[in-house]
Amino acid sequence: MLLLALDTATPAVTVALHDGTSVIAASSQVDARRHGELLLPAVDRVLAEAGLRLDAVTGIVVGVGPGPYTGLRVGLMTADTFGLALGIPVHGLCTLDGLAYAADRSIADGPFVVATDARRKEVYWARYADSRTRVTEPAVDRPGDLDIGGLPAVGAGALLYPDTFPDAREPEHVSAAALASLAAERLAAGEELEAPRPLYLRRPDAQVPKNYKVVTPK
Amino acid sequence: MADEPLVLGIETSCDETGVGIVRGTTLLADAIASSVDEHARFGGVVPEVASRAHLEAMVPTIERALKEAGVSAKDLDGIAVTAGPGLAGALLVGVSAAKAYAYALGKPLYGVNHLASHICVDQLEHGALPEPTMALLVSGGHSSLLLSSDITSDVRPMGATIDDAAGEAFDKIARVLNLGFPGGPVIDRYAKEGDPAAIAFPRGLTGPRDAAYDFSFSGLKTAVARWIEAKRAAGEDVPVRDVAASFQEAVVDVLTRKAVRACRDEGVDHLMIGGGVAANSRLRVLAQERCEAAGIRLRVPRPKLCTDNGAMVAALGAEMVARGRAASDWDLSADSSLPVTDTHVPGRSHDHDHGHDHDHVHEVSKGNLYS
Ligand SMILES: [Zn+2]
Repeated sequence: MLLLALDTATPAVTVALHDGTSVIAASSQVDARRHGELLLPAVDRVLAEAGLRLDAVTGIVVGVGPGPYTGLRVGLMTADTFGLALGIPVHGLCTLDGLAYAADRSIADGPFVVATDARRKEVYWARYADSRTRVTEPAVDRPGDLDIGGLPAVGAGALLYPDTFPDAREPEHVSAAALASLAAERLAAGEELEAPRPLYLRRPDAQVPKNYKVVTPK
Repeated sequence: MADEPLVLGIETSCDETGVGIVRGTTLLADAIASSVDEHARFGGVVPEVASRAHLEAMVPTIERALKEAGVSAKDLDGIAVTAGPGLAGALLVGVSAAKAYAYALGKPLYGVNHLASHICVDQLEHGALPEPTMALLVSGGHSSLLLSSDITSDVRPMGATIDDAAGEAFDKIARVLNLGFPGGPVIDRYAKEGDPAAIAFPRGLTGPRDAAYDFSFSGLKTAVARWIEAKRAAGEDVPVRDVAASFQEAVVDVLTRKAVRACRDEGVDHLMIGGGVAANSRLRVLAQERCEAAGIRLRVPRPKLCTDNGAMVAALGAEMVARGRAASDWDLSADSSLPVTDTHVPGRSHDHDHGHDHDHVHEVSKGNLYS
């Protein structure tokens, strides 16, 4: 097994290779505005580091978000197209699950919360019973509307809003290494992963134009 | 001719997911998935709706194009993609797909200009572009008069709209007349039964001191809207067919007059018209009349090649390969305001290296690309 994992649902552009036993190469760069430019060179670098070519990869794992859409789509489109060109399966994983999987051992037995920055003063979040078990569907909410009962929380969304998340911790962003490890574990256990479709959680912003605006001056 | 470059082109600058495949100047496939119906109720293209649709449509559209062309992806000589101009988020979906596809197949990537592609597509219809060629590009997004002596390296802007694009004016007038979106085809249809001389609407920027090749459709749009409102305020019926015909005549009169003048002034004996508005039947007729009168040869591709499509991107990509232009780097970005003069986005290490062999143009790390 050789999994190529990538995620662009948070400000991190993150790529990792997993050989079924462990992560053999990884790259993470934080730059929320340049996902499109950074991702392919990162894939190229990670493969070079491992001394492998893309056609050695047997499966793609991609973070499906939730995350800001424009960046999120870069990872999903790249994963879909790799899958098409190479004729290999593309698996989706919730980006929040990757963060939960990477949570510090001191809180990993749960319960805890994962929250990322959804911008517009909102967070994407979900509750976890432990680092492998999500117990709520990912949601997008204003931090002020949430009561997480003082549970520990990981992710940039938690670190940004201390009033809602008093016990906020690293990691701030998801790593493809964590996603790859989680995917490898689930695949080895014979589990099916999600389809690689985006979790937008919000409807597109679309202002329906009001009835035709009269231009004749009064 | 099997030695001509086989190129797949991807276009996502607006609401069409286009994947085309050409061999040299021969069209092999032109697969399109459009999200236009999802935009209709908004009266215009909603960028986020378009971007979401591109992501869903891309892989099936590539598969459809390959099947239609009857070629195998491994035989491609390059992947071309619209790098700009266009909607930023929409472009990024296409660029991401093109990069991943080129990288996975070990093929060179060509980020190309959307406007130059609109011109180059005519090669698929009428053979090699004459050099120089004057091009009038008119659509919901652009109204430009361009002069090109080499479509892979030299596109010079002669004029452009200073306010609305021509197609936008069609959409707005259609909305005022409650005819729905997009406005171009429906106005064209109504206009066929109307009198183009019924109402004298203004011709923008046609005064002696106005910029000779620039366009303005905002004043026309306002004049038409006011005329309709005045009718409605007086409780009279709006003669939709005459309004459509007279409005359309004002637009195509200015477009063709300025395009023919630019050809004359520059001594160019070919005019090509592209973009969605090139599908307008009255524009085609009037352009033909005026070109004939001026001794200019008119080239207008069939309507499906005039609107946004992947074949036009593939056509320009094939020309890039044929002329040995440098491929793009793997960090190619989508540029929503890519200047029309940037016919493509060559990799940094190859900026002045046009003779480069495309077999080894973008090796970030050598071992990973080719078997
Ligand atoms: Zn266009």
